[in-house]
Amino acid sequence: MAAKEELKLLGVDVSPFAIRAHMAVVIKGVSCEYVVEDLSNKSELLLSSNPVYKKVPVLIHNGKPICESLVIVQYVDEIFSGDGVPSILPTDPYERAIARFWAAYVDDKFFPVLRGIVLALTEQERVEKATETLAAIEPLEEAFAMCSKGKAFFSGDSIGYVDLALGSLLVWIEAIRRMYNIEIISASKTPRLSAWAERFGESAAAKEVLPEVDKAVQFGKMLEAAASAAAASK
Amino acid sequence: MMKRNLTTHHSATLSAMERQEEDEDRVKLFGFWSSPYVYKVEWALRIKGIQYDYIEENLENKSDQLLEYNPVHKKVPVLIYQGKPIAESEVILEFIDEAWKHHGDRILPEDPYDRAMARFWVRFGKDTLSPPIWKWFTTQGQEQEAAYAAAVEQLQILEKELDGKRFFAGEKMGLVDLSLGPFSYIIPIYEEITGVKLIKEEKLPSLLAWMDNFLNSSIVREHLPPMDKLKLRCQAIREAFLKNTN
Repeated sequence: MAAKEELKLLGVDVSPFAIRAHMAVVIKGVSCEYVVEDLSNKSELLLSSNPVYKKVPVLIHNGKPICESLVIVQYVDEIFSGDGVPSILPTDPYERAIARFWAAYVDDKFFPVLRGIVLALTEQERVEKATETLAAIEPLEEAFAMCSKGKAFFSGDSIGYVDLALGSLLVWIEAIRRMYNIEIISASKTPRLSAWAERFGESAAAKEVLPEVDKAVQFGKMLEAAASAAAASK
Repeated sequence: MMKRNLTTHHSATLSAMERQEEDEDRVKLFGFWSSPYVYKVEWALRIKGIQYDYIEENLENKSDQLLEYNPVHKKVPVLIYQGKPIAESEVILEFIDEAWKHHGDRILPEDPYDRAMARFWVRFGKDTLSPPIWKWFTTQGQEQEAAYAAAVEQLQILEKELDGKRFFAGEKMGLVDLSLGPFSYIIPIYEEITGVKLIKEEKLPSLLAWMDNFLNSSIVREHLPPMDKLKLRCQAIREAFLKNTN
């Protein structure tokens, strides 16, 4: 890395989106100041760096902000590359397209229903969202076989783009299991993902970045309370 | 990838294997005449000067091929490259730019920071701008008014980003222009059908000018959907939505 490269990441421990950005930076082995935001009292820096969404994560590189987790991951991958630096996206255009496809699937199809389990206002709604989530994980179980080609991660030997996209949600998947006894990933139903999840969690980057599951459980309870309060006030 | 000129080949003189290889080398695009996502891909292919076979799908009776190539979403567009499928328009656009890096103009900027900005605005268009515009078009009464206000708010953010530039990418169009481009003909259709102006000159002058620049660009004006047919389709869609909520 060139001298005088300043990297700052604004995030929140339990945010899967911040986790992606944080892990990307750790994987690249670059030094980065990690700033934990208080979402109930957002910093001036956050508000001015992400005026459109006012959300985490935001990566600030030499004073310039980059927003949206997968945009940050791709940016980090492009800026920090070369001999000996691990790649997050593959080099072949077709393989890059496949990786982007599955990352988009995680964000557009899987995450909304997963989040719906926590935000559900009734037990019936929760069951509905759980059913939808269990259906949404199936293509990912198949995709793992196709993408990994027998190796440890979606990307092969090391954690890559799709691994980060889905792996950043594992803390929440486990939190949901503890909160509602709903198993999204299991050895019986999704054996490949179950084994992959363990390997992901054991990786050096995950160990450095992932929060304790209980932190996510606490946050989840807060989200539940906020959701029902919002519904009650309508 | 070399652009093939198939008119100089005579299929009968090729062996079966050569013919299959040649067939597999053809870029194919599965599409639907009214899909804005399909048009984005087609404009991108034209920017790069790539020849392709177009296959029109009947969305009410999808072909086995489409379902095989895009089992996850079962949607168009799907690009077939060397016999392999790529789905999701934003994914396809980036693929086109990378696979044909040295053909035609670049679709994404060279600088990584500018690329990140382009990708940000594409996400903005998809996640934040499209939903209220769609809601405005498919609802009425208070719900429609609220959606209209939300849409104008997001358009104002875009206006500020555009800031009088010819295109979002600068002098020539790029990823964000292609991604938002269909709005340049869809919004006027929606305005005509609802009788309400969404993009007013006093408030959104840069966007209004951009819509004109986009529609009149050489790439786009050569390839647009049939507007009368599209307007009828949009009208029917609005009526169906209004009926469903009554």
